[in-house]
Amino acid sequence: MKILMKGNEALAEAAIRAGCHHFFGYPITPQTELAAYMSKRMPKIGGTYLQAESEIAAVNMVLGASAAGVRAMTSSSSPGVSLKGEGISYMAGSDLPALIINVQRGGPGLGGIQPSQADYWQATKATGHGDFQILVFAPSTVQEMVDLVSDAFDLADQYRMPAMILADGMLGQMMEPVSLPEEGEKAPAQKDWAASGHGGKRAHNIVNSLYLTPDKLEDLVKVRFKRYETIKQKEQRAEEYLTDDADVVVVAYGASSRVARGAVNKAREMGLKAGLVRPITLWPFPTDALNRAASHAKNLLVVEMSMGQMVDDVKLAINCQKPVHFYGRTGGMIPTPAEVLEQIKALC
Amino acid sequence: MQTVFQKPSTLTDAPMHYCPGCTHGIVHRLVAQALEELGVEGKAVGVASVGCSVMCYDYFSCDMVQAPHGRAQAVATGLKRAKPENIIFTYQGDGDLAAIGTAETVHAATRGENITVIFINNAIYGMTGGQMAPTSLPGQITQTTPYGRDTNTAGYPVKVCEMLSTLDGVALAQRVTVNNVKNVNIARKAIKKAFQNQIDGKGYSIVEVLSTCPTNWGLSPIEALGWLEENMLPYYPLGVYKDVEGGVKK
Amino acid sequence: MKDLNMLFAGFGGQGVLFAGKVAAYAGLIENKEISWLPSYGPEMRGGTANCSVCISDQPIGSPLVTNPNVLVVMNLPSLDKFIDTVEPGGTVIIDSSLIDKKVERTDVNVYYVPSSSLAEENGLKGLSNMILVGKLFKAIAGSDYDFCTGDTLDQAIQKCIPARKANMLDFNRKAVNIGADA
Repeated sequence: MKILMKGNEALAEAAIRAGCHHFFGYPITPQTELAAYMSKRMPKIGGTYLQAESEIAAVNMVLGASAAGVRAMTSSSSPGVSLKGEGISYMAGSDLPALIINVQRGGPGLGGIQPSQADYWQATKATGHGDFQILVFAPSTVQEMVDLVSDAFDLADQYRMPAMILADGMLGQMMEPVSLPEEGEKAPAQKDWAASGHGGKRAHNIVNSLYLTPDKLEDLVKVRFKRYETIKQKEQRAEEYLTDDADVVVVAYGASSRVARGAVNKAREMGLKAGLVRPITLWPFPTDALNRAASHAKNLLVVEMSMGQMVDDVKLAINCQKPVHFYGRTGGMIPTPAEVLEQIKALC
Repeated sequence: MQTVFQKPSTLTDAPMHYCPGCTHGIVHRLVAQALEELGVEGKAVGVASVGCSVMCYDYFSCDMVQAPHGRAQAVATGLKRAKPENIIFTYQGDGDLAAIGTAETVHAATRGENITVIFINNAIYGMTGGQMAPTSLPGQITQTTPYGRDTNTAGYPVKVCEMLSTLDGVALAQRVTVNNVKNVNIARKAIKKAFQNQIDGKGYSIVEVLSTCPTNWGLSPIEALGWLEENMLPYYPLGVYKDVEGGVKK
Repeated sequence: MKDLNMLFAGFGGQGVLFAGKVAAYAGLIENKEISWLPSYGPEMRGGTANCSVCISDQPIGSPLVTNPNVLVVMNLPSLDKFIDTVEPGGTVIIDSSLIDKKVERTDVNVYYVPSSSLAEENGLKGLSNMILVGKLFKAIAGSDYDFCTGDTLDQAIQKCIPARKANMLDFNRKAVNIGADA
């Protein structure tokens, strides 16, 4: 039978089962259950739970552990993720895999502690300084959190880059039934680049992001961006729900997509042709799914728990070929299905 | 022909970029020598910090990781926790360890993290061209204290060994210098001990090496050694600040 | 079954989150789609707390219940806050020993259960929440919202009580029975 788990705890257990035995974190609402869960589980499996002195230290401990060749992760909520930006940039620049979880809350500044999606820009465009991307996954159920943690680790290893689960306080705090995979279902990736001690058997490995010669740095970044192109072609994920004949296509991810789905269902009951595109990867952005849905839609409606961040990417993805509207709540407010339904009605 | 002196095998053949008279070269050699003598090169991983010594990843022949500014000991913590059997060391300057990385330093120390920290204190920011360091002396002229470090506005130098020796997690805190043969020998032994402590699982060991920066001090290499002796040694007394025989780890 | 959107509300410490969890587990055992969402933050420390529980045959959309068809309330501020949000025809279950107020709406089914007093009288201190749960399941039994049997509820309670508190199981059962008969 499935078990009931809080999103935060499910993320933690899923990470352990994905072979991540090294967690470094710092308490912050609304993700603290994740760290607390790790503190309970890790000693029992001989893993590492370390409560760092700061988010900055935590992410750099992840950098170290990842450089040593093991799966490592950290988790936080919005203000803490800002602090992790440095380490994320360095890991991207050193081609290190890692998992960072952001259980978003309202901002800017200390903001609030209620659910929010206002870190979309940060996650997809500005996790840190420099030319780089990270993989960004947006689960919308507790089960999907479990599934995506595993995928995030695999893809981070495969493409040697940091991955982020962009969740929010609602998903982190809620309980839903989940089934968990068995640990060790997949063989861990070989990491011949790791700084794990050469044992006299090879030249020394250097995990590094410093390149003082501009042409060399340019070449390296270009190689990385070539990899990003591959990822854009191969790793886009989205759910397309009732979009085949939809006049109004709602676009929403994570918690707001659940609200949107409820509104779409209600609209259908009323005979209105509404559908939903739910991005599962925010980077790479699911451009293909959006274009499919937009090709015969009359209007697109982006719903976010922010003042409108992903909406820009939707416009870019479809090259503004259809009108793109926006409805959002922010500061920790969660839109209701009724509010979204009103927006859909107005566009039908 | 008998070899009476040679470069440790634990240094690469890459030419070092350090300025003439800079003592980084000596300390690199001492670290490399310790790794060689203890036979741990194959499981050693060094953490290069941001500052003049950042490119030491090219000079040590063991595996190396370059850390963000100030984060070397957090990175070292991650490396050590992931592979406790490995020998992890950081090589950090005063800006990295005692300014931007103070929190990481203090907390790695208080956790008793079983790592070896080599701390180069030359009382100035070298890589960025001679600005005030957390360890710049009162009255010291630097690019950003052009009238001398005024303790009323810029505060006092951080005495790292004194500070860390108050923490229960520290197994060894020793300040040395490399201004003459005798002191180089003391430094050599201290650095080796700091590694041996890690092998023995004793906990956090730090060796602070008072060093010169002739270029940014505006002195010749010989004058720089004199300046260190006259100004730094009185303010930063050499010696063992803490040495817990049995280590701090249960 | 019809979609059941429940809101359990009261002071922190009264066990509203636990009550919701029992209901959620009952749904899980019956293979329903379910979600359980607590309010979180400072209100956990003695302020008002609530949790949303959705049980449905279809995947749950928003887990945040804004218009409950079942409201279980254990304090006055929560009654004042949520009574107008209850769907017409919905069910409201009130701890009438703590809430000295009658519901003015006539389009909802209200059950007044002096659960705190009943708990006190029966040596079930702290189980006022489970008395209300007993009433809740009795109230929806046989309605369009009925989704489980008494046996399922019992299994759900067993799921929610950790092993180290196994001695609490019978007290919880007793509380549920008292609620059902109240």
